Amino acid sequence: MSEARTPLDHFVSEEPFEPNRVEPMSPAQERYYRASQWRMMWWKLKRHRLAVLSGAILGLLYLSTLVSEMLAPYDLHSRHTDFIFAPPQQVHLFDQGHFVGPFVYGFDYSLDMTNLKRVYEPNLAQVQPLRFFCLGDPYDFWGVVSGRFHLVCPAENGTLFLLGTDRLGRDMLSRVIYGTRISLTIGLIGISISFTLGIVIGGLAGYYGGWVDAITQRVIEIIRSFPELPLWMALSAALPVTWSPLLVYFGITLILGFLDWTGLARAVRSKFLALREEDFATAAILMGATPRRVIFRHLLPSFMSHLIASATISIPSMILGETALSFLGLGLRSPITSWGVLLNEAQNINVVALYPWLMLPVVPVFTVVLAFNFFGDGLRDAADPYR
Amino acid sequence: MFGYIVHRLLVMIPTLLAISLIVFIIIQLPPGDYLSTYMAELQAQGEAVDPQKLAYLREIYGLDRPAWQQYLYWVWGLLHGDMGYSFAYNLPVTQVVGDRLMLTFIVSFSTIMFTWIVAFPIGIYSATHQYSWSDYGLTFLGFVGLATPNFLLALVMLYFANTWFGISIGGLMDDRFIGTPWSLAKLGSVLAHLWIPVIVIGLSGTAGMIRRLRANLLDELQKQYVVTARAKGLSPFRTLMKYPLRMSLNPFISDIGTLLPHVISGSAIVSVVLSLPTTGPMLLDALRSQDMYLAGSFLMFLALLTVIGVFLSDLALAALDPRIRLGAGSVK
Repeated sequence: MSEARTPLDHFVSEEPFEPNRVEPMSPAQERYYRASQWRMMWWKLKRHRLAVLSGAILGLLYLSTLVSEMLAPYDLHSRHTDFIFAPPQQVHLFDQGHFVGPFVYGFDYSLDMTNLKRVYEPNLAQVQPLRFFCLGDPYDFWGVVSGRFHLVCPAENGTLFLLGTDRLGRDMLSRVIYGTRISLTIGLIGISISFTLGIVIGGLAGYYGGWVDAITQRVIEIIRSFPELPLWMALSAALPVTWSPLLVYFGITLILGFLDWTGLARAVRSKFLALREEDFATAAILMGATPRRVIFRHLLPSFMSHLIASATISIPSMILGETALSFLGLGLRSPITSWGVLLNEAQNINVVALYPWLMLPVVPVFTVVLAFNFFGDGLRDAADPYR
Repeated sequence: MFGYIVHRLLVMIPTLLAISLIVFIIIQLPPGDYLSTYMAELQAQGEAVDPQKLAYLREIYGLDRPAWQQYLYWVWGLLHGDMGYSFAYNLPVTQVVGDRLMLTFIVSFSTIMFTWIVAFPIGIYSATHQYSWSDYGLTFLGFVGLATPNFLLALVMLYFANTWFGISIGGLMDDRFIGTPWSLAKLGSVLAHLWIPVIVIGLSGTAGMIRRLRANLLDELQKQYVVTARAKGLSPFRTLMKYPLRMSLNPFISDIGTLLPHVISGSAIVSVVLSLPTTGPMLLDALRSQDMYLAGSFLMFLALLTVIGVFLSDLALAALDPRIRLGAGSVK
């Protein structure tokens, strides 16, 4: 701050006034003020570390569903009848003090004759080094191209059960990896259905108001007054038993999507009610824009980011819903494998006591739900970057 | 206020009618009816089925009539407290469900109480200690509750309660009380069994409640009257208690509308795992065997519980918050 020592009461600069020089913007400032809305949202999102991390995890998981066949060490259905309910094998690097690289110890199998429990002991003499980028179980890539390439395979004549095996001797890790594909896409397809429905129905109700609005509100109220899980249960119990597992998968997705739009529709409606009174909307209407153009060109973009954020937050409830339905045996059926189908096998108390690794599919469920929540939180904070 | 209550009650009638219609459609959706399932079962066991007997059964259950007549018959019965006839149990639904509706109500009610008791202090604490480690920790704990599938949590707790404390927590009361009339001892036994399902079901709803209370309280704390109160020298505790807290209490009441369906959903699956004598397991069975009146009555009851819960929460909200004007339309 400079003290002006002038004869006047207040300081007056002698220099000619030039408006552009008053506040010269630094390049950084200029970049900031000229940035588009989406760019600013990205900057704001980047500051939310947890959200970025969660987004990265989700991105990786979704990418992994593209190449599940290669990531899984075994095929989805390959059974190892000698290794039923085998516990997870640990990956070691050093065998008795010297370095071998990643390897697992083979299993010694015996039957405990007192309680007929299968006992697997790691056999320290059997060192089975892992093979990477190798040929293993044959598979049909996306059901079309057959191949044998895997990222990691067990040693020749060895085993690799990093998460143990189930009651048919199938590798849990491979099943979890294949299950990711189903569980994650259910959330995506379901949310796209409910997103579309929510925008269209909520938009119509909010834009036209009046009796359209009144009817929509009643319908939403009625749908929302059903507890969702019993309703899902009833609807999926109604899916014909004769349907193929793939049809059931789409049926379940449709059910989840068709009942979830109400929350989104409400949000859209209230935004519309507020925004259609704004000057820019009135201007567009006066200029003769059709309702469709007003809705999609003028109103929707102004709160699209909020919608995306709230849609992100409602994906996990679908994933959990599918898990719950499949757990109860009303959801997906094998051979379609989702995390819920896997958890269905962890249904009785024996599993908790004897084969706790069968409950491991809960870890990805947990991770994904948490990640979607944090990511959605970050998006919601970033959705309004001008604040 | 009185006019509002009457209005709301009147609106509830078409809502419930619409719900009953939807429920009826849903329970009619599966192809065939209970008798065809039953017949298939008998045939699978190698027993002969007398078509005349089937026709007779179909007639007395009213299954041969057109769907709309069945619907009217069912709704008419519901209005008179007659919930129809359970095929699988060969008893009127009212007798089959017995205590279950009551127990479902008890479980849901205690779960909401639990959610409030847990969420209230945690929400206040994390709002007043925003961005502290304890805030992050508690928020994370809330998220853990949200992200764990509660059926699995139920299973694990079932096991550990048994191995660590040596108590069997399956069911909702000791075996000797099953089927006995309500007494103080039975109530005590129910309370002793209640805590596991209540915790398991409640955990998932708690996270959302904590976050909303925290957000509301944070909004209030930034307002100018709080600054004024501070400037006047009010103690921090009084500053918090006097106004901001009361203002941010609304979610506790208004969220019953979202919490209640959530709790009932949760209890449906948790009670299957814990084999609680509530509506959940029986609903599942009824849905599987197409015991349509039983399933329909359960769905109807759950929806009714929700509708009434939302209604009561709106009333309570209006009573608590004088800013809410009921019945008056918006000015614009």
